[in-house]
Amino acid sequence: MNILKFFTAGSVDDGKSTLIGRLLYDTDSILADQLEALQSSNRKNDDGTIDLAILTDGLRAEREQGITIDVAYKYFQTEKRKFIIADTPGHIQYTRNMVTGASTANLAIILIDARNGVVEQTIRHSYLVSLLGIKHIVVCINKMDMVNYSEEVYSSIIDKYKVLAQQLKLKDVTYIPVSALKGDNIVQNSVHMDWYNGESLLHFLEQVDTDNLDKSQLARMPVQWVIRPQTDKLHDYRGYAGRVLSGTFKLNDKVTVLPSGASSTIEKIEFFDQLPDAAHAGQSVTIHLKDDVDISRGDTIVNASALPQESKLIEADLCWMDGRALDTSIMYLIQHNSKVTKCKISEILHKVDINTLEKHPADEFKLNDIGRVILKTADALAFDLYDENRANGSAILVDSRTNLTVGALMFRAAVE
Amino acid sequence: MSTYNFDYLDELEAEAIHILREVAGQFEKPALLFSGGKDSITLVRLAEKAFRPGKFPFPLVHIDTGHNFEETITYRDKMIERIGERLIVGSVQESINQGKVIEQTGKNASRNALQTVTLLDTIAEHQFDACIGGARRDEEKARAKERIFSVRDEFGQWDPKRQRPELWNIYNGKIHKGENVRVFPISNWTELDVWNYIRREKIELPSIYFSHEREVITRNGQLMAASPFLNMDDEDVVFRKQVRFRTVGDMSCTAAVESEATLIDDIIDEISASKISERGARLDDKVSEAAMEDRKKGGYF
Repeated sequence: MNILKFFTAGSVDDGKSTLIGRLLYDTDSILADQLEALQSSNRKNDDGTIDLAILTDGLRAEREQGITIDVAYKYFQTEKRKFIIADTPGHIQYTRNMVTGASTANLAIILIDARNGVVEQTIRHSYLVSLLGIKHIVVCINKMDMVNYSEEVYSSIIDKYKVLAQQLKLKDVTYIPVSALKGDNIVQNSVHMDWYNGESLLHFLEQVDTDNLDKSQLARMPVQWVIRPQTDKLHDYRGYAGRVLSGTFKLNDKVTVLPSGASSTIEKIEFFDQLPDAAHAGQSVTIHLKDDVDISRGDTIVNASALPQESKLIEADLCWMDGRALDTSIMYLIQHNSKVTKCKISEILHKVDINTLEKHPADEFKLNDIGRVILKTADALAFDLYDENRANGSAILVDSRTNLTVGALMFRAAVE
Repeated sequence: MSTYNFDYLDELEAEAIHILREVAGQFEKPALLFSGGKDSITLVRLAEKAFRPGKFPFPLVHIDTGHNFEETITYRDKMIERIGERLIVGSVQESINQGKVIEQTGKNASRNALQTVTLLDTIAEHQFDACIGGARRDEEKARAKERIFSVRDEFGQWDPKRQRPELWNIYNGKIHKGENVRVFPISNWTELDVWNYIRREKIELPSIYFSHEREVITRNGQLMAASPFLNMDDEDVVFRKQVRFRTVGDMSCTAAVESEATLIDDIIDEISASKISERGARLDDKVSEAAMEDRKKGGYF
């Protein structure tokens, strides 16, 4: 059994929380005492049934206002798979929260209200999905019960969406007509839409290729911690502890350590009481090298025959996440896996109007703004392009005055 | 490319080890909060996997309410001896003696809420900048929103509206002096995941997790272990029952469940079939719909 992480894009008005509530409810993932707490709550649907949306609204302010403010993580499991849902808010003022939820997901559910079709918000959410390189997209045309389960309404919406998908170069898109409120095509196939021959949402989620395991040749492991017991028995023990970001390391592989550029060979791979002959993407291991190389936290061990890019000038997409606007005159910290160095945003190339997808020249970057910048780092970063290797192509910006995480960066090119 | 098995437990384990090593790499004085419960016991195993054959880069800290199940303390001391790591105990009784907190009175009196003060004092005394805890997002709806690196101000307060965005697998542990970070490496685990992991790793647990006969009373519809720590009166009828505990907390606020489960397989079957959530057996969450959110804002774990 493996894990599928997905996130939902849409606003409460589209029935997003109801959709998640429905998934949890129909897969029997709500326990008796939680259900009891729900039933005793004052929020009910118009017909007196439980408002499933309450299941995902965790904070007092969210319940009071009936909106989602922050990312909530929900867990459920079927016989086939475990699921982690990042329930993210859909309103434009919470774009940064959606980016946060999307960053760890490998599938996105985009909700469209059947009565309204493709709207500004659909464009915005789809853009974010393309920006963050989410592999699979499921477009749920929701509230089909409000349009008499009409195939024509459904078809005209997906025709419009296909144009958008092409424009955004979204590849793997699946369309499902649903009613989260009534449960149509969520877990069970709907009896109201016999014109739809596809799978229910849950069935699709159970089957889709998760691809949690990166199969690329780009073997990368940032060193997080050097294990040095320094005891009599383990006097010369020196293990490099980290999580393999991508690719595979095998015994006797030739590796390069960056930024120093030192070469060595993998002598031993350790995992607690085991000595595996390979370490794969996703695994947290300890690596030993044949040569005595100077390595510390922030360095990256990489496959010597597939080196990452190294540069101090990088073109990147930036999503600004702080109330304090970007200041191109000050230094920020950039955190790229275990590496932290100073940096400046040396140029804003353009800003994207995420409702229309138009690019504009800009000289300021405020909360929730997204666009292309050039950043200049104090130390060179050893990175891959985000589209080729998400785990080694992303970084965060930290404001050293406030210590807040102020920006999300996706590397697009090294600047010559 | 060779094939390999990497199932959901491996993935959760690898993520938790990564988080623990980030704590080691990013902080000067971290600590691991150890309650004696299954979640913190799981954290200890994960720390062994992250740092052996080296020492843990942090001590274990136990906030001792003084109202413990004896089995928990026995387990704790034996475990510390086995792993050879440092244990720091913060005592709620001492906080009471010093007048920093006042013992609650009445039938539902518990030292659970008092722990927060002792915890914050212990953090201040040792200047811990990061405290690793075993909380999980599936436990409770406020926790479902909390970050893996959760920044607390110098009063220990969590501000749910001002959480830092947490992207990819990058954790920002930068803080100002006086602040600290609560770190939750098993955020993405469910109760069942923890049990399956304990079974797979053959981790020993305190005996109260397994079915045993014990003197109990019924309080607010739940079974509570009869103990000197529980304010009982003539209305409370003590009787013997075959029970076990699903969480290990202060004796005055942790309810037992009727159970015949003597083996870990039985427990996993029981939980899979159960219709009551784990925190359903915690009276401390029952106070209001926002009980946990309010306690976390005040500095609770």
